[in-house]
Amino acid sequence: MSEPILELSGLTKIYSGGLKALDDVDLTINRGEIFALLGPNGAGKTTLIGAVCGLVRPTSGTMRAFGQDLQKDWRQARARIGLVPQELSTDMFEPVLHAVEYSRGLFGLAPDPARIEEILRSLSLWDKRNNRIMELSGGMKRRVLIAKAMAHEPDLLFLDEPTAGVDVELRKDMWHQIDMMRARGVTVILTTHYIEEAEEMADRVGIIRGGKILMVDQKDAMMARLGRTEAHVMLAQPLDALPPAIASFPVELEEGGQSICYRGGDGTGKGREEVADLTKALIASGIDYVGIDVRESSLEDIFVSLLGEEEEQAA
Amino acid sequence: MIFNARSAWSIYRRELWRFLRTAFQSVLAPVLTTSLYILVFGSAIGDRMPDVGSVDYGAFIIPGLLMLTLLGETTSNSSFGIYMPRFTGTIYELLSAPVGVGETLVGFVGAAATKSLILAAIILLTARIFVPYEIAHPVFAFVFILLVAASFSLFGFILGIWADSFEKLGIIPMLILTPLTFLGGTFYSIADLPAPWNTVALANPIVYLVSGLRWTFYGSADVSIWVSLSLTLAFLVICTAIIAYIFKTGWRLRD
Repeated sequence: MSEPILELSGLTKIYSGGLKALDDVDLTINRGEIFALLGPNGAGKTTLIGAVCGLVRPTSGTMRAFGQDLQKDWRQARARIGLVPQELSTDMFEPVLHAVEYSRGLFGLAPDPARIEEILRSLSLWDKRNNRIMELSGGMKRRVLIAKAMAHEPDLLFLDEPTAGVDVELRKDMWHQIDMMRARGVTVILTTHYIEEAEEMADRVGIIRGGKILMVDQKDAMMARLGRTEAHVMLAQPLDALPPAIASFPVELEEGGQSICYRGGDGTGKGREEVADLTKALIASGIDYVGIDVRESSLEDIFVSLLGEEEEQAA
Repeated sequence: MIFNARSAWSIYRRELWRFLRTAFQSVLAPVLTTSLYILVFGSAIGDRMPDVGSVDYGAFIIPGLLMLTLLGETTSNSSFGIYMPRFTGTIYELLSAPVGVGETLVGFVGAAATKSLILAAIILLTARIFVPYEIAHPVFAFVFILLVAASFSLFGFILGIWADSFEKLGIIPMLILTPLTFLGGTFYSIADLPAPWNTVALANPIVYLVSGLRWTFYGSADVSIWVSLSLTLAFLVICTAIIAYIFKTGWRLRD
């Protein structure tokens, strides 16, 4: 898992209008992992993908894929990289099979009907192989783009917003497809707006904003480091002040003393243990309660909080 | 230089498939238009027109009409071939693939040139129904048509990269190529123009193309075949160099 498959160093892109879309990006992706790049609109996610895939010319910096310089040895490197774009960009008049065969040939591989059939079957497209792409639903069209990207058997696959505009059922189906790619040993880099998607799929998460990578970490480590437990204990009788027995907990009174709010923990489960200790302390002090609401912070909370901190620092 | 023949073949095959898919528009329409020109100007009016040199007027205009169709169709086919992927966004696949200028040109330009050769063959066969003509130098004719098809496919490719709207895509073929071909000796010999127009006409580059093709048919023309061949070759080299530069810099292809 620790062998680097993609190494970006000091990658910067300034568009002709002056917009700095990537600002000194350093990023390493390891073989076999699923990496989720999170960021708001205009953060630089698509520019980063474009730079690696040859759609965007970087202003400065270096890119290495499979140990090769992507700007010098681009032919060898690109032959092993696949891209599923955000937009449904494909010739809509073309039959599915034709489109996928074309993609394989374009990347310089010999025809392999058995392999193409396997890809189409895995994406439930085999029965639609002779249909024109325009006849398919939005979700199926996106599958065609995945099939096209998989046709040349890439080792590294970029999925730019793979589930944008896709309904919940198809989104889950897409996650299954990504899991299957992982099982085949494909390294996947996906950008997404759906934090739930990153939480569900990714091994590691990177957060990008304004062209800068704010944080890269293992998803679990990020959750452990930045995660919090939040508990609300609804009291049977309102309190005027916090009793000394619970003063050592990270708690405060809220709603005019009708409930106690706990915010603590670190995303490893420590918070839940502390909430259990808190309730025991309340009972020992003779303070009765009528309900408890406990919630672990999600990756989305961490994401929003990180971006908020960044904004505050910028201000 | 690395060249991936499979990639080039894939692009070529797909472009030809696109051509066949729209055969009604891309084959039948130009053949019908050219046939009508030949029928009206060659067969109907041509009988009442004096011979040009020793060539019957109906036969005289065939090389010019063929050139008219060839230039328009080749340029349009090639420019649409690269403009449409840019317009629809499907060019991402080409740009992210391990293909360079060589494969792209062989694929796109080769397919556009092939379409033009097919079109030229159909037009010549159709013309034979209306007007009897002979081709004095068939090998030269083939080489010349091939050169013109290849160079204007390259030219169309540049046009398709330059254009940022459908309007711009149509401007050059409709407002420049067609008028220049009409004024380039399609329906008359430059030598028959009064002075100074017979000299001014030589500034029109299409004169050399029409004249060159006419020589391959009838062995005589307004300009030497070698001048026509040299200029066509020079145009081909210039267009190739421009495209190589475009790919090197990524102009209008990569942000």
